[in-house]
Amino acid sequence: MAKQNIILKLKKANLLGRGGAGFPTWLKWKLVKKAKAERKFVICNASEGEPGVFKDGFLLEKFPEEVINGMILAMEGLGASEGYVYLNPLYFKKYGKNLKRIIGKKPIILFEKKKGYIGGEETALCEAIEGKRVEPRMKPPYLAEKGLFGFPTLVNNVETFYYASRISRGEYKNTRFYSVNGDIKKPGVFEFSESLTIKEVLKKTNNYPDFDFYVQSGGGAAGEIFLGSELARPVTGAGSITVYDKRKTDPHALMKKWVEFFMKGNCDKCLPCREGLFRLKEMIRKKDLNKEALNEIFFSLEETSFCALGRGAPVPFKSFLKKVMNIDL
Amino acid sequence: MRRKKIKVSINGREISCFKGQTVLDVARKNGLKIPSLCYHPDLEASAGCRLCLVSIKDRKGFFTACSTKLEDGMVIITDSPEIRRLRKINLEMLFAQHVESCRDCMRSYNCRLLALAQEYDLDLSKFKDRKRNYPILQFGPAVVFKSEKCIDCRNCVEICKKQGVGFLELEDHDSFIEVVPSKKKDKDCVYCGQCIVHCPAAAFEEVDSIKDVEAVLKDRKKFVVFQFAPSIRASIGEEFGLPYGTIVTDKLIGALRQLGAQRVFDVSVAADVTTIEEANELIERVQKQKKLPMFTSCCPAWVKFVEFYYPRFISRLTSVRSPHIILGGIIKKYVAEKEKIDPKKIVVVSIMPCVSKKYEITRKELQLQGLNPVDYVLTTHELACLLKSRDIDLSFVKEGKLDHLLGEPSGAGVIYGASGGVTESALRTAIRKLTGRKNARINFKKVRGMEEVKEAEVILGGVPLRVAVVNGLGNAKDILEKLKKNPKLYDYVEVMACFGGCIGGGGQPVPTSKEIRARRAKGLYKIDEKKQIRLADDNPAVKELYKNFLNNKETIHKICHTKYFPKKKEKVKIIRK
Repeated sequence: MAKQNIILKLKKANLLGRGGAGFPTWLKWKLVKKAKAERKFVICNASEGEPGVFKDGFLLEKFPEEVINGMILAMEGLGASEGYVYLNPLYFKKYGKNLKRIIGKKPIILFEKKKGYIGGEETALCEAIEGKRVEPRMKPPYLAEKGLFGFPTLVNNVETFYYASRISRGEYKNTRFYSVNGDIKKPGVFEFSESLTIKEVLKKTNNYPDFDFYVQSGGGAAGEIFLGSELARPVTGAGSITVYDKRKTDPHALMKKWVEFFMKGNCDKCLPCREGLFRLKEMIRKKDLNKEALNEIFFSLEETSFCALGRGAPVPFKSFLKKVMNIDL
Repeated sequence: MRRKKIKVSINGREISCFKGQTVLDVARKNGLKIPSLCYHPDLEASAGCRLCLVSIKDRKGFFTACSTKLEDGMVIITDSPEIRRLRKINLEMLFAQHVESCRDCMRSYNCRLLALAQEYDLDLSKFKDRKRNYPILQFGPAVVFKSEKCIDCRNCVEICKKQGVGFLELEDHDSFIEVVPSKKKDKDCVYCGQCIVHCPAAAFEEVDSIKDVEAVLKDRKKFVVFQFAPSIRASIGEEFGLPYGTIVTDKLIGALRQLGAQRVFDVSVAADVTTIEEANELIERVQKQKKLPMFTSCCPAWVKFVEFYYPRFISRLTSVRSPHIILGGIIKKYVAEKEKIDPKKIVVVSIMPCVSKKYEITRKELQLQGLNPVDYVLTTHELACLLKSRDIDLSFVKEGKLDHLLGEPSGAGVIYGASGGVTESALRTAIRKLTGRKNARINFKKVRGMEEVKEAEVILGGVPLRVAVVNGLGNAKDILEKLKKNPKLYDYVEVMACFGGCIGGGGQPVPTSKEIRARRAKGLYKIDEKKQIRLADDNPAVKELYKNFLNNKETIHKICHTKYFPKKKEKVKIIRK
């Protein structure tokens, strides 16, 4: 009976995907379950690669059995006979051996990711496993209809599978994992209630700064910037909090780090992401932050990028420029 | 499967179409303009250039028309201040990568980028060109890649992959992924030139031979002879605004005369010679059941494809030379002697639909006592550029006639320009030769058309002959792979590297699409239909040639036949680092 109940249990637990997008997990599972096909796939996305986010690595180190068990629950529950763990090269090297041991003879394959950040996008990830160019696919069709090798596919993040496993045993208390880092004394991964505010997380971990600071929440590149006065809000996205010491942080260097991360990590397929980010980098490099040009680039990125990477790229810059650099766009 | 009819609204107009058709497709068919650069009907939409933006009622955001499939009741808007603003921003960023060298660019007279720059009132000086100082590379004597003009649509990579060649690749360069020629030893360009006709930004061009031809035209010591390929008559009119597939043979001859041609001949006449030689070889191989299937060899890109990628099949290629090489030999030997001209003074210029023909003429084994049968190849597009630079407008030019020494072609010689034409011509002649019947079969409609792989079975001397007609090298690759497993699958295989055959060649006018190629082919078949003489061996001019010149084995061998060799990878020439 447990098999049939897992989707219901996920629904009751109201688990949202922990990769960053926050899609209801039960619905994602149900769509794949409903799909009729000869083969189905379940993929665990362990491509974690954004600065300041390292909770999936933590889970693979501490609780790999739970993660694999979550995958097996999905495979059994959805009728998928094959699974993949899609690991970034570092995790593949660090945890591959142990994961193989845990997997044993089960039909789960470890796959080492090659290309950067975009390789973690769920359709790009399928392209990668298929041996194609690592770039996002056109949607529709969605992965639940046509995923890996054209078959219905479920892709969930490491943390999502971990909690699916806990939920199946009734051990979930609406918690999540926080990667806390930056200019703080005690960086690390912490498990707390998902309703905690940024401020509470920082206080509970004894990391609340006693200097002038701002934080980036939900990813150390794509996350939004919040001032010390704006922290009464929960953490979103991939669950990270990065603290910046305002005095010690060079604003241009920080923006350069972000833009270079996006430029290295994108697929260059669509124009706004390829050229817009390059023009942004040039403006940051020359410290020539022309408002009109910035507005145009952000507008194009948000409205015309092919995938979420480009569409979301303006978030850190816009909030940073406004709040930290006092440039009102 | 029957397609479901639906009704949609585009810019307030009710339009009925089929479910699953894209917004771009339907809009364009209904005369509505949506800008796009990366979209090409020969390829799957990649939705990379983000220009064909539209909005859909009750849906958030903007959608790319090339990739959005219509559903019943959809309400589409293709133009609004916001859409225009986004297109303008994206176009300005697009121009910021592309280096505008319009003055030297062979496409600037019908450049889609420039047209959009005007339409959207772009500020082209807003950004410094990102790709200035990007390398310029040359592949063989055929194709130039000016990467400074590339707008990263990757159509070239896709078409090269579709061709089964995969020479153009994407490579990580710091934070950009860029188009580069493959460094792998087992990948080489075969010069089909499909990258040229699928590039929206003129980053790929044919190696320019215009200057050389202009120089010989000015040189009074030279005797310049032009010859033009079968397909040119059906395509070059487009460069001068004539409808697709308009036949302009006489105007073309007139224009060549105006350029200063001292003789003008039609390659289709030599195609009749190719047909006769090829039909003989086919009959011989079939009767001896040796070296089958026999492959056609008039497409030099296909020949190089076999020599480089599948050398095990070299013996299957017919030894017959391609028509313009045969005609070049006839001009330098026969015409020279007849008209008492020193062959060393003769310069033969071929007008070809093709860039691999530029490579073919450099093949050493084709030389006749040190003389190249053909000295220069101009593509259809290059000839159009040359004519335009001389203010010669094909639609108004005085019509001309061929020099009668080599006569007129048969209908068979003309259809060489379309996929299936070589096969049909050879079959007409071979069947008649074996049956001796006066009313032998003329039409072989199964091998005609734009299908990329066509199969037919015909009876040749009481024996069934299995024929495959292929256009597009990717399809040829599939056939070769099949032949590896089942060598007896076919007896005769025609391959043209380009889609639709030479009418879709890499040197032909842009744009190209399946519909355009079909119109060009239709033009050629119309000529054939109207011709009194439709069999190569019925051509009196060709009979004359065999009587007076090709009348001994040695001459036939020298002028009409050749050899092939396994090829190693050529070095990419760096024109600018």
